[in-house]
Amino acid sequence: MQIRGLMAGLATVVLGFGVYHVTPVVADDRPSVQPPADHPLDEIVSGYHFRIPETQAVQDDDFENPAFLWIEQAELLFEETDGEEGKACADCHDGVESLKSVGTTYPVYFEPFGKLINLEQRINNCRTENMKAEPWKYESDEMLGMTALVRHQARGEPVNVKIDGEAAPFFEKGKEFYYQRRGQLDLACAHCHEGYAGTKIRADMLSQGQSNGFPTYRLKWQKLGSLHRRFKGCNDQVRAEPFKRGSDEYVNLELYLAWRGQGLPVETPAVRQ
Amino acid sequence: MAGKVKPRVKVPKKAEKGEIIEIKTLISHKMESGQRKDKDGNTIPRQIINHFVCKYNGEVVFESDWHGAVSANPYIAFRTVATESGELEFIWTDDDGSEYSTTAKIEVS
Repeated sequence: MQIRGLMAGLATVVLGFGVYHVTPVVADDRPSVQPPADHPLDEIVSGYHFRIPETQAVQDDDFENPAFLWIEQAELLFEETDGEEGKACADCHDGVESLKSVGTTYPVYFEPFGKLINLEQRINNCRTENMKAEPWKYESDEMLGMTALVRHQARGEPVNVKIDGEAAPFFEKGKEFYYQRRGQLDLACAHCHEGYAGTKIRADMLSQGQSNGFPTYRLKWQKLGSLHRRFKGCNDQVRAEPFKRGSDEYVNLELYLAWRGQGLPVETPAVRQ
Repeated sequence: MAGKVKPRVKVPKKAEKGEIIEIKTLISHKMESGQRKDKDGNTIPRQIINHFVCKYNGEVVFESDWHGAVSANPYIAFRTVATESGELEFIWTDDDGSEYSTTAKIEVS
């Protein structure tokens, strides 16, 4: 009986994806933010409100939140001299607090590259250009910690990315990626995160897939992880070939996704399941 | 996450006299078990924190010896009674002899 029920459930899900109708199940009584004009969502809800109370409690207490292990190490790194120029981050930046709102604005259009860059890439650009130091690997503890430390300075401030002007074409590419079906399962990001947030996908609760808490300590990973790692995971799960971390495709998507959460308070470092 | 050793404690800033207070401590430490081998097959020598003590105005209120199988970045929470205003001192002792310490102030009314 149970198995038959499960099969029926699966069939419904598959059919549901086939016709792709957007059901406004979302937020119920979850705290939300009003979206800007021409936004695909009726209300913007942080992933925090889709998690169980036990997970939320770990995020609520900075002492319990394991992500602070990385952030503390990054605080030490901020002061540490590295590279041929003999500089530390702190030599140019007057304390990490001076980077207060920076985390709300990335990714941004970066003139020297003629394209978007995200916070990780900005940090590495600082390292290679200003410090003449080796760039950090994308998913290294150093990079995750420093990104989290900088974005943590903006905690509580609303996400505020710029999508017009030079960023506009990249924003459009990101949007295209979001609605593009991919992989063996032939699913776009929107299929799960636009139509079905707040419902179950097997044993997990779907969220709107917001990025306001990244880098995030994910219990499944047992460590801090980047947004692009999560993108890869999502792409893998629909059995698509994932892109590389830091690829243009993912950075464009990062901008589009940030705009889908425009106005949400930054939660870095968040804790998720 | 193994990096530099950095202790962290959480102690209530204020408490009433006689109140039971919870103290949380965490120290970032790799806690190398002595069981692992490096890529050439050589045993990586054990290096763990083997002793932890908490002193309340100089008086030991919590003390423990640690052995193998304590995780990396060890976390300890315990309770004590707030008796008087002053300072709590926390000391972790490493296998190599070094001591990591931190302090926290408490105001008891």
